[in-house]
Amino acid sequence: MAQLTKRQIRRKMRAEEKAEGVSSFQKINRIKKSTNAVLTAVMLIIAILTVLPVVLCVIISFTSSESLTYNGFSFFPTSFSAKAYKSLFATGSQIVDSYLVTILVTAVHTLISIFIMMMYAFVLAHQRFPLKRFYTFVVFFTMLFSGGLVPSYIINVNYLHLYDTIFILILSGMVSAYNIIILRTFITTTIPMDLFDAAKIDGADDFRVFLKIVLPLSKAGLATIGLFSLVGKWNEWFVGMLYIDNPKLIPLQTMLTRIQQKIDFVKNNSSVASTPDGQALLKNMPSEQTRMAIVVVTTVPILFAYPFFQRYFIQGMTIGSVKG
Amino acid sequence: MNNMSNLTGPKRRMRKKSLPERIRLHFKKYWQLHVLALPVLIYLILFNYWPMFGVILAFENYSVVKGFFHSEFVGFRNFEFLFATQDAFRITRNTVCYNIVFIVVNTSLSVLLAIILNELYLKAVSKTIQTMLIMPYFLSWSVVAIVVYAFFGGNGVVNALIRDHGGATKSWYTYKPIWPFLLTFVNMWKSVGYTAIVYVASISGIPQEYYEAAALDGATKVQQARYITLPYLRHIIVIMFIMSIGGMFHGDMGLFFNVTQNNGALYPVTDVIDTYVYRALKTLGNTGMSSAAGLYQSVVGFILVMISNVIVRHVDEDSALF
Repeated sequence: MAQLTKRQIRRKMRAEEKAEGVSSFQKINRIKKSTNAVLTAVMLIIAILTVLPVVLCVIISFTSSESLTYNGFSFFPTSFSAKAYKSLFATGSQIVDSYLVTILVTAVHTLISIFIMMMYAFVLAHQRFPLKRFYTFVVFFTMLFSGGLVPSYIINVNYLHLYDTIFILILSGMVSAYNIIILRTFITTTIPMDLFDAAKIDGADDFRVFLKIVLPLSKAGLATIGLFSLVGKWNEWFVGMLYIDNPKLIPLQTMLTRIQQKIDFVKNNSSVASTPDGQALLKNMPSEQTRMAIVVVTTVPILFAYPFFQRYFIQGMTIGSVKG
Repeated sequence: MNNMSNLTGPKRRMRKKSLPERIRLHFKKYWQLHVLALPVLIYLILFNYWPMFGVILAFENYSVVKGFFHSEFVGFRNFEFLFATQDAFRITRNTVCYNIVFIVVNTSLSVLLAIILNELYLKAVSKTIQTMLIMPYFLSWSVVAIVVYAFFGGNGVVNALIRDHGGATKSWYTYKPIWPFLLTFVNMWKSVGYTAIVYVASISGIPQEYYEAAALDGATKVQQARYITLPYLRHIIVIMFIMSIGGMFHGDMGLFFNVTQNNGALYPVTDVIDTYVYRALKTLGNTGMSSAAGLYQSVVGFILVMISNVIVRHVDEDSALF
């Protein structure tokens, strides 16, 4: 009897679903209205608090220096000024250089990276390729063990002579084992093998299959991985710290960190700060508003790109959760 | 025996081709696949496998002139130096403890957020909240460092608040006790939104029928989360867990170097293996000791992944990484 009634309830709900377009079951099985109100409010507050620190940076970048010396950093400065942005683009060609370097490096890196990783993923997707297991292992092992920072550094500097060149910025992190495995899974789950075989019978070789079938059908996968490497490269600061001295080649984020740490070092060491050199350094260093303006200028492109890519992004995270 | 092999020899050769012949046929059939794999292969050899052999550095007194294989071999002396200092214990403790705290805090919080986000009535509101929560994930560590500075720097918001209430301002960048909490919080702020959305995506993949059946049997929302959602998420939680175990000996340079502004006064509570290696290399130029620390990190990390994978395979075979 109980079984029957349950079945009846379900049938009734399904009918209603069709009529309303909304799952009426989901309507019944919902949290209470009051709970929903509370949770929505709490989540909204958390979300706003999450974003607030960045808003603060934007506000500081527009704060006038009088207000800054009088109030310190504040969400409600007494007066505003766009001087920081003017000085940013007027005085230093450094930021322009860094911007150009970062754009160039990010674009070239991402394009080459997704292309060669896709090629490799395509090889791994061949079930009948005898060396498939070996090639998979070669990639997978790099996830488990690495030589560490120092051997890489010595090899890059002393043997490959990449110190202070744009190539180290482009090349570092170009191949990611994790991304290759994601791409391989993407190919095997979205493109039927029969398609390969059919193309082969029609006389296409592997190159053609890759260019004409796999690449066009994997746009979503490529967009996802591309987004990750785009954001990762744009935000990379450490490689620049390690390898770059030439001001013409310093990426944006590295520049930001260098400025910040240099100022901090001088300020925290009163012995250095009191010397004429220290004084001069502090005087010539960008003001706090200018640093915040750099933050805004470096972050805006990424924040613009992200809603645009959001669809791919969530999709990519779900592909990523598929076991490799 | 001899006779047999003589007899079968020629026949066999007819059926099964000789090795060079097989290799030739293999390449005739598959050369294009090898060509496609080549760029990544070359990259991995240059930037991943060569440095793996470079760990020999940890056992020698490296000299640029003599190179990898002709520098003076010193055995385990670099490791002796490393472990003779207080540093080895300190950086290991910091790295491991921070990672344990990060894993526990981030996983539990993001699963909780994901479950709540999934329950909100208005999907549009839920999407907006997700969009906001994930924002810090897109900031670079350089930017995060300055955001933290905006709050805790000499001129920062925290000091301004203290001043307004008549308290004594502090130089937070030299005040150790707050940093373990601050770093945990910053790390949480940066990554929880991202992980939560991964979990939201996997929760939406759970068949609705399960919840339907449970609700009809009178399960409350909390019970549904406990007995349907969490078991369903177990697989992905375990995979993320194994991956973070492997990273147990890695500290994020962004967090521990950039956010702390590499401040010497804070080393007792913020120095991790990675920052130590970086400093030993770039500031002290001590390749021996820094590569010893790096090798120690890689080897222990490798062992940890292996062990955790074995354990996971015993407990829940489907969740094992390999």
